Amino acid sequence: MLIIEGKKVIELYVNGKKRNVVVRPADTLLYTLREQLGLTGAKPGCENGDCGSCTVIIDGWPIKSCIMLSVDAIGRNIITIEGLKDAPIQKAFVENWGFQCGYCTPGFLMVCHALANMHPNAEEHVIEKWLESNICRCTSYEEIQAAVHAILKPLS
Amino acid sequence: METVGIGMSIPRKEAWDKVTGTAKYNNDYIIPGILHAKLVTSTYAHATIKSIDTSEAVKAPGVQAVLLGKDNSVLTGTIIRDCPPIAIDKVRYYGEAVAVVVADSEQEAMAAAKMIKVEYEPLPVVNSVKEALTPNAPLVHENLHLYKLADENIYPEANTNISHRVKIRKGDMAMGWAESDVVVEGSFYLPQTDHLAMETRNARTQILSDGQVMMASATQAPFEVKELIGNDFNVEEGMIDVKTPLVGGAFGGKAAVHLETLAYIASKAVDGRMVKIVNTREEDFITSPCGIGLEAKLKFGATKKGLIKAAEITYMLDSGAYADICPRMAKAMAVDCTGPYNIENLSCDALSVYTNHPFVTSLRGFAHICYAFCIERIMDKLAFTLGIDPLELRLKNAIGPGHTSPTQVKTTLSNTGDFKKCLEKLRNLMNWNEGNRIIQDNNKVRVKGIGCFWKTSNSPTDAESGAILTFNKDGSINLNCGAVEYGPAMKTTLAQILAERMNMDVKRIRVTMEVDTKTSPRHWKTVASMTTFMLGRAVLNAAEDIKRQLCNIAGIVLKCEPEELEVAGERVYLKDDPSNYVDFKDIVHGYKLPNGNAIGGQIIGRGSYVMKHLTKLDPETGQGRPGPAWSVGAQAVEVEFDMKEYTYRVIKAATVVDAGKVINPKSARGVITGGMSMGLGKATREEFKYGKDGAVLNTSLRTYKVIHYGQQPEYVVEFVETPQIDAPYGARGIGEHGTIGIPGALANALSLAVQVDLDQLPLTPELIWKTKTGGNT
Amino acid sequence: MIPFDFDYYRPDSIQEAVKIYEELDTQGKQPLYYGGGTEIITMARTHNIFTKALVDLKGIPECNVLEFRNDQLVIGSTVTLTQIFESRKFPLLGDIGSRIADHTAQCQITLGGNIAGTIIYRETVLPLLLSSSQIVIANESGQKQVSLHEVFNERLQLNPGEFIVQVITDKIYTTLPYVHVKKTKYEKIDYPLMTVVAVKKDEKIRIAFSGLCSFPFRSMKMENALNENSQLDVRINNALSHLPTSILNDISGSDKYREFVLRDTLINTLKTLEGVGLC
Repeated sequence: MLIIEGKKVIELYVNGKKRNVVVRPADTLLYTLREQLGLTGAKPGCENGDCGSCTVIIDGWPIKSCIMLSVDAIGRNIITIEGLKDAPIQKAFVENWGFQCGYCTPGFLMVCHALANMHPNAEEHVIEKWLESNICRCTSYEEIQAAVHAILKPLS
Repeated sequence: METVGIGMSIPRKEAWDKVTGTAKYNNDYIIPGILHAKLVTSTYAHATIKSIDTSEAVKAPGVQAVLLGKDNSVLTGTIIRDCPPIAIDKVRYYGEAVAVVVADSEQEAMAAAKMIKVEYEPLPVVNSVKEALTPNAPLVHENLHLYKLADENIYPEANTNISHRVKIRKGDMAMGWAESDVVVEGSFYLPQTDHLAMETRNARTQILSDGQVMMASATQAPFEVKELIGNDFNVEEGMIDVKTPLVGGAFGGKAAVHLETLAYIASKAVDGRMVKIVNTREEDFITSPCGIGLEAKLKFGATKKGLIKAAEITYMLDSGAYADICPRMAKAMAVDCTGPYNIENLSCDALSVYTNHPFVTSLRGFAHICYAFCIERIMDKLAFTLGIDPLELRLKNAIGPGHTSPTQVKTTLSNTGDFKKCLEKLRNLMNWNEGNRIIQDNNKVRVKGIGCFWKTSNSPTDAESGAILTFNKDGSINLNCGAVEYGPAMKTTLAQILAERMNMDVKRIRVTMEVDTKTSPRHWKTVASMTTFMLGRAVLNAAEDIKRQLCNIAGIVLKCEPEELEVAGERVYLKDDPSNYVDFKDIVHGYKLPNGNAIGGQIIGRGSYVMKHLTKLDPETGQGRPGPAWSVGAQAVEVEFDMKEYTYRVIKAATVVDAGKVINPKSARGVITGGMSMGLGKATREEFKYGKDGAVLNTSLRTYKVIHYGQQPEYVVEFVETPQIDAPYGARGIGEHGTIGIPGALANALSLAVQVDLDQLPLTPELIWKTKTGGNT
Repeated sequence: MIPFDFDYYRPDSIQEAVKIYEELDTQGKQPLYYGGGTEIITMARTHNIFTKALVDLKGIPECNVLEFRNDQLVIGSTVTLTQIFESRKFPLLGDIGSRIADHTAQCQITLGGNIAGTIIYRETVLPLLLSSSQIVIANESGQKQVSLHEVFNERLQLNPGEFIVQVITDKIYTTLPYVHVKKTKYEKIDYPLMTVVAVKKDEKIRIAFSGLCSFPFRSMKMENALNENSQLDVRINNALSHLPTSILNDISGSDKYREFVLRDTLINTLKTLEGVGLC
């Protein structure tokens, strides 16, 4: 049984590296990534699981890091926006004006990146299902749609 | 040389920072030892504070200070000084700050805030504008007449809930009604809504031992923060420094000074140690200011042929519990109160009204969504009554050269643009001539509605901007100005303007993204879609300044008069022999002669701009010049409506706006479609809902709904380019405008679909069902 | 940020989980079983829940099962809504889950968490009620398998210390023709104005609702009314007279409007399923 009582050092696997962090069991992963590891790409937007700005990828799935405990991420593979290196979706967002203020962008990128890996041939209804997890207040989503389409290849 | 400047879709300068997580926003600076402030907020909309028990909280672990309203007797307010930073004696809205806890960690601050016990005695609640204006209504501010005014042109009405009234009187109303064959009337309601920038508002402050106040804030108005904090707390303005990095969306909500005040008093309470305050989403919804609500009554008279002869308008703005900038929004609505239509006989009253709702501040469009909704609905009612096509009716009454605005400014093609051209383009884009109500199969009907807008700036008459240009030794230019980058790529736009004037590659212009009031030249505020105009002018002046200096030194090097030289591609060359030139890099930090002697020295460019010819409004007639120019446009939506279920889907939305000149086509389109998306949100689902006790019922994203991916219609955007002669390359402001006409357009389309007047927002299926059927199953 | 502290336990077996829960409870730590965590974390942030210890069930092998065993589908309580959807093993349950919150949240929300949660909708219960599913509950005396009907009344009736291990559904129910309608106020990503789920089994329609009243339910009386051999509107009126309680009236929609939407949805649902029978 894994037992974490009080503040403890735990090991997280972030962007391909083992990282030791001191956490309270009540700390959210978002808090730990930002405050302990300085990975401020994941953004707090609601801390309630509603806006998607804090999305990271865990074991391949998009996860809202504001509603996950750091201790729950022990032994799992965490990728943050800082861990994306020349991912096609980054360029696609730049080239398609997929953002304005940029605050929701890391979250959107992580969802799109996970989607491209899981369902590289995703059709529009799947894209919609995945991307409606996030809120962008600046764009009309049209630009984000263009960016996603640029990296996915629907089979039809 | 790569020719890059205006008219090109240059990716924003900070684009790669924003896709790699390296872009830093204010709260991304992780600072060891920083203290955290948390609020205790009111659970009543209107109540006397009987007692506050902080005894447990002050003893709680990590707590450094607990602040109450009585600790700071100052009243703040950008127009009327009516707002205590923390409530004193009574609360005026649900969510108002009643105590602030400062602790070593966020967790400890939250825990201690929970321990504070506040006892309230409820007061009668002013839960709508209508209630606020009822004779003998409870007063939100009993001492309105005693408040100091920060703006001399404000007329609070003692012993009422009216904080300001703007009057527009133009022409001869009696004659207007006499000339009218038909009269249409309407009453309208728009709820308060939220800005909902993805980055919640946040600020931090440290007060150094010599009294310097070091602030950092996610604000659209760092210079205003400095000015207001200085005024409110008697700090020399020069002792205050405000830094603003990238901002995560603003939409007007970050133009108000709110958390900065709390961060300042919190820091002061802990011997100047650095304190940060970050809104939760819930606080960002209701504790910090939201967007206005409106109740309105309109009456229009017109001839049989559809010429509008008279208009009587009353706009009543729900300012919530404090005035903030609402009185100026009343003014802004009044000066554009007719929409882009020529109405010679006009009477309009715009009132800023206190209620026990959350207080408001500017929100994208500066209240223009509100007037436009009313006007565009009235236009359609008039068209229906007269049996004239709605688009034709708008064309007939379109504002144009030789007319006058409500405040009697003569309209010209330069200061107003070409509204008729916008309408004609819209007609084609929407395939208007096929008809605007087409019955489909399966109980569906396809309908189209129009909504138009015009907007001017309503800035202070002396609003100013400045730009500083310095050179790197490689000849590239650094552009430093006081505009905040919160999304619309204004700094990239400015770089493009500079590149165009210097005839050089825009990539070689480095922009300073962050604003630091100590080193950036003052810019009024990054609001009102005025950045391109004001800072563009300042940048052009700065460009002329460095060109003059470059030609002076190059004249010595090339042994000619400066007038004989031209600048391009980071070179200064002889007009008659471009092969005879000197590179920027060899002269911008002084020119070194072969013998080692240096001449010239570093070239530093400066440019500034201050608004010209703006005047205050006459208090009786409203006559005056509120802004430098208007931007006009026409919008439309196409909707598929289910006549059985009362549900609908927006399938297409179009905007034609006279942009004067499009500096960056992709950025311009993005700003317009983004605005349209927000407009659709306001039109279809966004609203604050209040209980009978005035409490806001939807304070999270679970219940305050916005548009998500996949629900976007097809967007069509086209530009008309009628230059504004005094603007940089003729470019007009377009930052807010995509939002303004959309709600009216949707209401017109849906009213046409169900054949009943839909005169309020948001247009939910339940509202439509209820309006049409009376709400009986 | 969660403003209070708790300890975290991730047992490896059912026995371990029950035992540590009991110990923590004895120590007065008000322990909570923990699955995806979405509800506990959000409620803790706003002081709406308190605990000094979480017992995370995700380390228990039985809770992570998602497979057919003989003629039954076994789903562990910590299987996520996304896993159920992507597996297509129970399309109706998958579809229901894929309209709860949003996709990313569904990667975290677990079946057990949704059934046992405090948010009133608990929509995954609907297809399980229609499928007469069994539920495996662990407690200090071991495990028991009971019909969901027995333990679900407005909400799951668990005793302190008990948790859901698995949900077991006869395979036949996973392939029935079904209708799933989630109506919202307007925005798609929202709590339900109402969710209606219906299946057709042995030529009879089974139907369950969430968001219509203050709790999810399946009503035999309503089903009987709807399965009568009479005019559609008569059957619907009859069914509405058997609602277990009053229709919700809240900011998502008034009771009157919900009734309007319900009638329309029932007509469409019945027409669809009865049409299926005709083919």
